[in-house]
Amino acid sequence: MTGKTRLVSVLVVAAAAAVACSHPAPKTAPAPAQGPNQDSINAENARRDSIARADAARRDSIAKAQADADRLRNGRDAATKALTQVIYFDFDSDALKDDARSSLDSKITILNASPDVKIRVGGNTDERGSDEYNLALGQRRAASAKRYLTDHGISADRIDIISYGEEHPVATGHDESSWSQNRRDEFEITAGADQIKGAP
Amino acid sequence: MQLTQRLITCAAVLAACLVPACATAQQQDTTRGVRIGLTYQPGTKPGVVVFPVSGPGGDSIQAIVARDFDYGDRIEVIGGDAVAQTARTQASKNAIDFTIWKSLSAAAVVQISVMGSTAHVNVYDVAAKKLGASHDITVSGAPNTEDWRMSVHAMSDQIEQWITGVHGIAATRILYVRGNRIYVIDSDGFGEHAVSEAGTVLAPAWAPDGHTIAFSELARTGWNIVIRDIATGRQHTVTSTPGGLNITPAFSPDGQWLCYAHGAENGTDLYMVSASGSGEARRVTVGRGSDNVSPTFSPDGARLAFTSGRAGHPEVYTSDADGSNVDLLTAFNFGDQNYRSNPDWSPDGRLIAFQSQLDGRFQITTITLRDRTVKQLTSEGINEDPTWAPDGRHLAFTSSRTGVKEIFVLDAESGRARQLTHDAGARLAAWSRGTGAP
Repeated sequence: MTGKTRLVSVLVVAAAAAVACSHPAPKTAPAPAQGPNQDSINAENARRDSIARADAARRDSIAKAQADADRLRNGRDAATKALTQVIYFDFDSDALKDDARSSLDSKITILNASPDVKIRVGGNTDERGSDEYNLALGQRRAASAKRYLTDHGISADRIDIISYGEEHPVATGHDESSWSQNRRDEFEITAGADQIKGAP
Repeated sequence: MQLTQRLITCAAVLAACLVPACATAQQQDTTRGVRIGLTYQPGTKPGVVVFPVSGPGGDSIQAIVARDFDYGDRIEVIGGDAVAQTARTQASKNAIDFTIWKSLSAAAVVQISVMGSTAHVNVYDVAAKKLGASHDITVSGAPNTEDWRMSVHAMSDQIEQWITGVHGIAATRILYVRGNRIYVIDSDGFGEHAVSEAGTVLAPAWAPDGHTIAFSELARTGWNIVIRDIATGRQHTVTSTPGGLNITPAFSPDGQWLCYAHGAENGTDLYMVSASGSGEARRVTVGRGSDNVSPTFSPDGARLAFTSGRAGHPEVYTSDADGSNVDLLTAFNFGDQNYRSNPDWSPDGRLIAFQSQLDGRFQITTITLRDRTVKQLTSEGINEDPTWAPDGRHLAFTSSRTGVKEIFVLDAESGRARQLTHDAGARLAAWSRGTGAP
């Protein structure tokens, strides 16, 4: 190397060193108080930061609670809907058909998950037949649903039954399409409606 | 010729017999139950002319008595303008010309005059051309009030007894359900009014005292039997079997017992409790899970008829009042659908009326207890819930023949039917006992 090249290298190294040395050191702590103005500014900044953090945390918490509640309500609505779903019967019969059984099975699940819930089963008939005998038939239809539930472990004191005979039709036509809608058990929640849960 | 001679001889003999009886009757103002023994063609109804009635409410009395005779189906009321004119003339002259009435085939002339609360009733035997019977009857209350109408009806019933030998059914009332109340209506369709509070109410029944009723009412936990005095409005609930289904009450003929159907979780059975509803109820039927409802007592109170589903479909059964000796009454093939229900035992004990499913519609049917002869009484529309009148000949029932449910009255002998109620939806009728029946 010539004398000139060595000088340039030294100068470059020196410049690099100078540049390196002129980088400020990373800040690890606020500088010691330099006077009242800087102090309060820093405190105010800190306060605002913590408020902002608290607000954010609260918003998150509310959003989460909302989501939970929605999920819960949707679940409760679904459970209520399944628990109060109507089941239907054939003419002059109190026998449970397949779709009636599966509806009752859903009700069993919900009742098991919701120990505070009580229900009343209302038995109904179509308009044909004697008004008086139909009261007994409606009673039998309600008892039939209750027996299925208690046979599957639901406590009998959680289920009331009542008959409406042909007195509470939902359809008033004089044909099978109306009659078939009226031959039914209805399920009414009589306690614990706000505690109702879906699957355990 | 021979027949006429015989009739005249009969009439003469009767007249001869009746004159002394007549004189006696006039001295005894309150004699009851004297039959005139009119002669008229067998198999026909005696023709009767009701003269204009003098005294307060006279026009109404004449109209009510004539209508009562007509509704009883045992008397042919001879009316029309010419008859009315002639009757008015004779009444005003107080001189009865029997030749005219005989030519119109009248068997009797009824002449009523009212003074104060006493109705003086003369019944003339037309063939004998003589006064046949004469009595004073009390008519209570002011004209056209409910009590007054009922006492005029009682007078019609009494006169009908003298003329035909059968006590009339005019002084009776019928309970029924319409909308959300129990109603009562006089046998002639007048005086309809509610006799219960509003609610879901069914199956009214009379106690023999004529002012106590029982019915079933829907409550929060089930159906209750309510006993109510319709004269005072006081009522109480039968609590012998609390909760569940308690329906179709029936009082025993002696008024001591109440029979009703009670159901819980294993079928519905008949129970018996004291008529006040207090004390323990005794079970009558052993249905083993079947439904047993709608009891009706035999007139001597010893037996019951009721609807039972124990055979798999509703039929009418009889049993002793304690539930023993159950017997299937409607064991016959009458129509293709097996559904027989809502029995009512006739007041003379001979027949049970019920509804039977025929060609998809219920019809009123009777069966005799002695030999199980079955007779269909209706064919138009749907006809249900028969209830006997005290004469064991007329029935009230629910009919849909006008397009809506109304109560109709039927004469089982002639088949004549008349509409009793005129507000849609009337059903479940119950006919009261007679008043002053012999």
